[in-house]
Amino acid sequence: MNIVVCIKQVPDSTHIRVHPVTNTIMRQGVPAVINPYDLFAIEAALQIRDTHGGKVTVITMGPPPAAVALRKALAYGCDEAVLITDKIFSGADTLATSYVLASAIATLGKEQPVDLVFTGKQTIDGDTAQVGPGIAKRLNLELLTYVSKIVAVNREAGKIQVERRAEGGVQLLETRLPALITMLEGTNEIRFGSAPDMFRAARAEIRTWDRESAGIEDLKKVGLKGSPTVVSRVFGPTPRAEKAQQIAFDPAAPQAATDALLEKVLAEIPKVGKELERHKVEAGAGANHE
Amino acid sequence: MSNAKTDKPIKKRKVKLEGDLLNYKGVWVLVESERGHVHPVSWELMGQGRLLADQLGVELCGVVMGAPGPELQAQCEAAFAYGADRCYRVASPVLADYRNVPYTQALTDLVNQFKPEIMLLGATTLGRDLAGSVATTLKTGLTADCTELAIDPEDRCLLSTRPTFGGSLLCTIVTLNYRPQMATVRHRVMPMPEAQPERSGLIVDVDPHLVETDVITKILDFVPDDQSGKPQLPYAEMIVSGGKGLGKAENFKLVWDLAKTLGAEVGASRAAIHAGWIAADRQVGQTGKTVRPALYIAAGISGAIQHRVGMEASDCIIAINNDPSAPIFDFAHYAIVGDCVQVLPALRKTFAAYLGKP
Amino acid sequence: MNQPTEKFDVIVVGAGPAGNAAAYTLAKAGKKVLQLERGEYPGSKNVQGAILYADALEKIIPDFRDSAPLERHVVEQRMWLMEEQSHLGTHFRSDQYNQQPGNRYTIIRARFDKWFSDQVQQAGALVLCEMTVTELLKDESGRVIGVNVDRENGRIYADAVILADGVNSLVASRAGLREDIKPAAVALGVKEIIFMPKETIDARFNLTGQEGAVIEMFGSISEGMVGTGFLYTNKDSISVGIGCMLSDMKQQQTTPVELLEKLKRHPSVAPLIAGGETREYAAHLLPEGGYDALPKLYGEGWMLVGDSAGFLNAVHREGSNLAMTTGRLAAETLLELFAAGQPASASNLARYQARLDESFVMKDLKKYRKIPGMLDRQRQFVADYPGLLNQAAFNFFSVDGRDKEAKEKEIIASFRQRRSLLGLLGDAFRVWRATR
Ligand SMILES: Cc1cc2nc3c(=O)[nH]c(=O)nc-3n(C[C@H](O)[C@H](O)[C@H](O)COP(=O)(O)OP(=O)(O)OC[C@H]3O[C@@H](n4cnc5c(N)ncnc54)[C@H](O)[C@@H]3O)c2cc1C
Ligand SMILES: Cc1cc2nc3c(=O)[nH]c(=O)nc-3n(C[C@H](O)[C@H](O)[C@H](O)COP(=O)(O)OP(=O)(O)OC[C@H]3O[C@@H](n4cnc5c(N)ncnc54)[C@H](O)[C@@H]3O)c2cc1C
Ligand SMILES: Nc1ncnc2c1ncn2[C@@H]1O[C@H](COP(=O)(O)O)[C@@H](O)[C@H]1O
Repeated sequence: MNIVVCIKQVPDSTHIRVHPVTNTIMRQGVPAVINPYDLFAIEAALQIRDTHGGKVTVITMGPPPAAVALRKALAYGCDEAVLITDKIFSGADTLATSYVLASAIATLGKEQPVDLVFTGKQTIDGDTAQVGPGIAKRLNLELLTYVSKIVAVNREAGKIQVERRAEGGVQLLETRLPALITMLEGTNEIRFGSAPDMFRAARAEIRTWDRESAGIEDLKKVGLKGSPTVVSRVFGPTPRAEKAQQIAFDPAAPQAATDALLEKVLAEIPKVGKELERHKVEAGAGANHE
Repeated sequence: MSNAKTDKPIKKRKVKLEGDLLNYKGVWVLVESERGHVHPVSWELMGQGRLLADQLGVELCGVVMGAPGPELQAQCEAAFAYGADRCYRVASPVLADYRNVPYTQALTDLVNQFKPEIMLLGATTLGRDLAGSVATTLKTGLTADCTELAIDPEDRCLLSTRPTFGGSLLCTIVTLNYRPQMATVRHRVMPMPEAQPERSGLIVDVDPHLVETDVITKILDFVPDDQSGKPQLPYAEMIVSGGKGLGKAENFKLVWDLAKTLGAEVGASRAAIHAGWIAADRQVGQTGKTVRPALYIAAGISGAIQHRVGMEASDCIIAINNDPSAPIFDFAHYAIVGDCVQVLPALRKTFAAYLGKP
Repeated sequence: MNQPTEKFDVIVVGAGPAGNAAAYTLAKAGKKVLQLERGEYPGSKNVQGAILYADALEKIIPDFRDSAPLERHVVEQRMWLMEEQSHLGTHFRSDQYNQQPGNRYTIIRARFDKWFSDQVQQAGALVLCEMTVTELLKDESGRVIGVNVDRENGRIYADAVILADGVNSLVASRAGLREDIKPAAVALGVKEIIFMPKETIDARFNLTGQEGAVIEMFGSISEGMVGTGFLYTNKDSISVGIGCMLSDMKQQQTTPVELLEKLKRHPSVAPLIAGGETREYAAHLLPEGGYDALPKLYGEGWMLVGDSAGFLNAVHREGSNLAMTTGRLAAETLLELFAAGQPASASNLARYQARLDESFVMKDLKKYRKIPGMLDRQRQFVADYPGLLNQAAFNFFSVDGRDKEAKEKEIIASFRQRRSLLGLLGDAFRVWRATR
């Protein structure tokens, strides 16, 4: 199996803060990590390789420091890595990103046909879940989103069966290869690479592709220029016109405060009163709890 | 979305529509149904679509897809009741169950034929799968997971607003020079409109010309979810939520106790879930459930934007936090500045007395 | 997997200042160096916000000022004796500190360590993160021949191992190279970084450009325990923290968080940090046992450097410079041996001890060797004096109709009440002797 996994390096969201004064994102010192959703894609790909043979290539489109994310993927056990980086790629939205990634995967396919492409469900910075479907459409791959389990792979027959999380249940799907899978979170656990893997990853050569080596045909489709969407405004949330009404609370007499609160709520927000009324009647019936 | 990396508002770029793009008119809403059941997010979008269409002075259209049968008729009628002027009914046995390729093809063809300027889908697994594929095929822009939709009065553009990054920020995204403008919106973000059964509209039947043998992906089985015992947060009218401020797992019991007295559902912030105090399916917020109860009690929750967007539509928000400058007080209705470990039991007693419960 | 065995000239465990200094010095000289760090990246496990003493780094990377992420150079040092509502203090500010090259800088460790590590890698060392060394490998004779890491096939070999894994140095204790740390010999430091605009910091501390200020605090803030507080100005943030002896904390059942919160609420501190946003909180141990707590520093195939050996000058709150200096000296010792074709045997590594003895590291530690014990036994230094002095100052400066002489008498009496005159003299003598 020749498997490609698309990963993205993202700022570790738990460390991002908004500057209280300028209302801008403070990026300084925020560590970059592999998009956590992509780890499930990496592990799924590695498991298929381990049972069916072949190789796993990780690719990312991003600035040169994104190589760190690729190296990390190699340390997990991926075999090869390609960094797709070029100044003209910057400012890309999902449409432009999927164009670049699709071109690169097609280029890899010329070396050896690609059987499977994996992406994460979504990124934690873009959060769109669009890049995977975008790549599939551009390469005319069968698309399997929100896959929760790889049920069977039959390379000779060129077939794959997966379980897919649908809105009201789980679909069991069968399709042909090549296909693109976006992997659902929580479906596996990324492995802990061995010490030799760490050495190999640290010393590995990471192929770096620019627009030419990535096989980009139409430069108008990449970066800012190739992106139909633009951000027109970034802003902080607006407070409600009125600030919350403060209910004085004295720890010595806690219920005085909560009684006063209930009285206020009942007087001011009839809908709550109505809802409570229902529960008065239903009292004892009990709601559905675990 | 592009330029998510821009920290500041960027120069306003003028929208310039040329040629055929000028012919794109009307607001569309995909009526999403799986196994005959319409996802309620579609009607919420219909309500929102009505506002946008009225502002633009154009038609609101529903797109109904599926296997031929009476269900599609019923769905069209429901769409009219919720505000649609017209419905495109795309019927084919191939569309019986959702699969990416035939749905993408049918919807793409429909757009190319009838040219809407705006197309809205639910941010469900189906909606996201379909929207991403259709947008790429059409080579147009798509904004995911919007929390607010509006029309720019100047250039009639769709302004799609959504939270961005991990920070406490929102951003507004526009689609320049491409049509249709696509957006997905999550369940319960928009209010459910009142159905008007007397409304009617025009049904346009479209044959998608799909052939089963052309479709490679086959559905071998479908196992519906077991809904019993699952929290029904999106529909709950009263919710008590706990956050990191509870301090430790044991204290979450105070939240359960209050909820039990009220007959309310229990929710949580992501931080509380990450701490392992409660199951992940109770998360409220951007990456959890969106809720709109009559009463929402937030105990020890700071009010980060990702939490806020999931619950700010509640009619009454009571926030308990020991930090008087906690952001949650910026949008709650009532504030108790105090230790939630002290306040929750008192609140439970107050409600118990009122409801006549022990 | 049948990978060939990895073998290096030297393995350096830890990528803090001590490990980086050692790895850099060795790699720069062309040695095959492997540096192992358990954190996700160098600096990820390190407590942020600190003072960097230029001299020690200059001896390793002379032109470090060109590229290191320095926050501000320190032009003003304040010492505050704290009482619940007041502080009595000194300021030392000198324009001399504005002259190049600067002498002391504030840094943010996560950034600084990352930069230092980049230099190490550019010098040619192989640096692997997320590799936790679990034990030392020894041959039959007990000679250290490598390390084992917490991953599959984790045995890695080297001619010498430098342990720079910080104050806990589990590796060294597990290998029996030193004893486990004792609560009485370590302090627990906690600190926070509080962000605010540069202009606000400049205005609050009367600074311009890259100038920085430092406040050291003693007294009521440590609630009678042996400990100090500190506040450093960074570019657009303030590091504030407090450290106390672990044994004291255990005894008083105080949590470091409470102490830090109390310090932040102190009326002299609160206005300086008001309106800022806290971004990092971290707690870390400091070895404060001083000279008398130093373990054996070298043996067959191994050396201890930095905090893992306990090289810290608690009185002057110097640690990173001792760490860098000892790291460099260990590396230079090995280079000398390698050049002479000699093995890293215990007898040869005695030269490391000799280098240390000649350096300021040992001289300073010896000079202050009595301080840790003295503070522990003579609580009045932390518990009583700051309060008395503040009270004295308050009395003296309050204009309330009483004459100054009466006030002076009152002040002296209040001191005498708490300590006899002999005791006061004794204290003065003890301080003199301990620092002599
Ligand atoms: C991509 C992304 C998606 C996210 N999605 C979601 C989401 O869907 N839902 C969600 O909730 N979060 C989400 N988050 C996380 C979100 O940003 C916040 O980190 C999270 O909501 C914080 O939870 P919290 O308020 O419980 O915890 P904290 O932010 O730690 O706040 C705890 C609060 O409790 C108060 N407190 C402390 N002690 C007490 C006490 N004794 N009594 C009363 N109050 C006390 C404190 O003052 C503080 O305000 C997301 C983040 C990212 C980056
Ligand atoms: C609150 C506080 C304030 C301080 N302020 C100052 C100051 O202002 N100025 C100053 O000069 N000094 C200061 N110090 C002291 C200074 O931080 C230390 O002396 C210095 O960091 C010691 O450097 P080191 O390299 O020996 O150890 P560390 O910096 O602790 O580095 C050890 C490294 O080894 C790694 N490691 C540990 N175990 C393993 C293992 N088994 N395998 C692999 N890697 C491992 C760790 O992750 C870490 O990165 C302060 C300390 C504290 C706690
Ligand atoms: N720049 C990128 N490089 C490689 N893969 C990416 C990139 N952006 C997104 N992806 C992949 O596409 C998935 C969905 O991303 P998104 O549409 O941004 O939510 C991610 O989980 C990644 O697997």
